[in-house]
Amino acid sequence: MPSIEILGLEKTYQVGFWRKRPKQALRPLHLQVEDGEIFGFLGPNGAGKTTTLKLLMGLIFPTSGSARILGREWTDPAVKAQIGFLPEQPYFYDYLTAHELLEYYGQLSGVPGKHRRHRIEQVLHQVGLRDVQGVHLRKFSKGMLQRVGIAQAILHDPKLVFFDEPMSGLDPMGRREVRDLMEQLKREGKTVFFSTHILSDAEALCDRVAIIHKGEVLRAGAVDDLTSSVRGKVEVIWQGAQIPASIKALGAECHVTADKVRAILDEKHQDAVIDALRRERLRLVSVTPVRTSLETYFVEKLRHAETTAGSMAGGV
Amino acid sequence: MKSSIPHIASNTFREAVRDRVLYNLIAFALLLSGAAILVGQISIEIEKLVVINLGLTAVSLFGVVIAIFIGIGLVSKEIEKRTLYTVLSRPVRRWEFIVGKFFGLAGTLTVNTFFMAIGVFAALFYVSHRFVRADALIFVALYFIILEFLIVCSLSLLFSSFSSPLLSAVFAFSLFVIGSFSADLRNFAAMAHGVSRWLATGAAYLVPNFSAFNVITSIAHEQPVAGQLILQNTLYALFYAAMALSGAVLIFEYRDLK
Ligand SMILES: Nc1ncnc2c1ncn2[C@@H]1O[C@H](COP(=O)(O)OP(=O)(O)OP(=O)(O)O)[C@@H](O)[C@H]1O
Ligand SMILES: [Mg+2]
Repeated sequence: MPSIEILGLEKTYQVGFWRKRPKQALRPLHLQVEDGEIFGFLGPNGAGKTTTLKLLMGLIFPTSGSARILGREWTDPAVKAQIGFLPEQPYFYDYLTAHELLEYYGQLSGVPGKHRRHRIEQVLHQVGLRDVQGVHLRKFSKGMLQRVGIAQAILHDPKLVFFDEPMSGLDPMGRREVRDLMEQLKREGKTVFFSTHILSDAEALCDRVAIIHKGEVLRAGAVDDLTSSVRGKVEVIWQGAQIPASIKALGAECHVTADKVRAILDEKHQDAVIDALRRERLRLVSVTPVRTSLETYFVEKLRHAETTAGSMAGGV
Repeated sequence: MKSSIPHIASNTFREAVRDRVLYNLIAFALLLSGAAILVGQISIEIEKLVVINLGLTAVSLFGVVIAIFIGIGLVSKEIEKRTLYTVLSRPVRRWEFIVGKFFGLAGTLTVNTFFMAIGVFAALFYVSHRFVRADALIFVALYFIILEFLIVCSLSLLFSSFSSPLLSAVFAFSLFVIGSFSADLRNFAAMAHGVSRWLATGAAYLVPNFSAFNVITSIAHEQPVAGQLILQNTLYALFYAAMALSGAVLIFEYRDLK
């Protein structure tokens, strides 16, 4: 059974104060997320990711279409007990402490009293907030609020979690922790649906992704399937000021600085470059991927969508 | 599934307390003790009259102001700050949220009134040095005042479900003022003719009939309150608040959150 089936959800906002104009944020959207997978919902700013999540949470109402979550109609209150939601830039009752907030949310989600205590301790530990659980949320930093947001989303041990940009505002360690947490959820058999524009996170984590642009799914599928046709780019840096002709011939984009050369070229030429450097006895400083294959795919896909002016059909 | 209403109500109460709403009690106590000392020079009967009149009027006004200022923000503030997202994505129905909020505010006002009532009785004791049986009538007046609060709370909630906080405050306060003169409005309606009669009659029935709730002057003169009025006011307040709340729920139920 799929965890989420989005059946043509469409949202048109009315914008403007006096003369209302329609603004189509989401064209009829179709998407299916399988049970137990980590699904990445990717798209540039304003693509409609948050709109989709708000529709699924029942915070706004669709112009048309419907969805099924965990096999039930998405508006069914019984669904809500089994899902968790982390909103974009979450904000909470700032007169409460982290512990009090989780206590309240635990009550609302129907987590029984005895179990609740234990569970709150557990999630506070998981998101690294145990030491500040007695501090009022108005004194929390952005990243700390994000962590509270994650804690409240998983508090009631939901089967399915929705994260809207879970990594935003987090330090590198926090991002690492959230990635681990999502993988942990997957191991526990949970389904994770998250939106992001950090493509490296998506590539590392997701079983499948969908790329959404201007309210439309351009493509959905496993990361490997999507990226089989494109290659990423790597940045190679070596000591010295010379650029061997064989490297130039690979189509590398080279920048010469004081005593180093920085070349950007296709991932597939990586070995050839290293070989060339060795032949020329040049000292290699570093090789770093600058653009992963998913990023390359993403950028190409969006560029293509722009040129064909949104007339592309989504290949779901 | 268990109802979320009690949890939402108690969180609303907690918010009010932590936002230092109960600090108004200090102003109230100062006002009342100042008045009691000031009128201490006059004859004992007038003194009592002044303390009861002033005390209960202050209880009512303080409460109404709190009811309006918290009431208009109850829902709109949560939409504005997006604290609602993580509440409504839980098994909480929208109507439960509104009703929970209403009870939370009603609870806050009741507790607030309780403390102010202690103040009124203390001031009364200070000026007359003893209680008489007729003083029990003050409880009836306080009960009516609380009923009045229920109506004001529900109206603030209703207005704030479709208009800005500022406009909601203006609407709610105007209705409170007009409602306080509803007896005059009814009298006017009875005397008017033609269209103005229809309009005045309609308005007289639409605005909350707060005139019927104001027994302060009569109890200050130790006139008893008819049991029928108590029953009538109770039913009226419950009905009116339920209607206004239903309106708020209907609007909120289908509203897109920001
Ligand atoms: N309340 C609203 N009223 C009018 N238009 C809106 C509203 N909310 C969103 N939109 C529009 O809908 C489109 C999609 O917005 P949405 O917030 O879903 O994007 P997003 O993919 O989440 O972007 P980001 O990555 O920046 O968070 C945007 O063009 C936005 O301007
Ligand atoms: Mg967004």
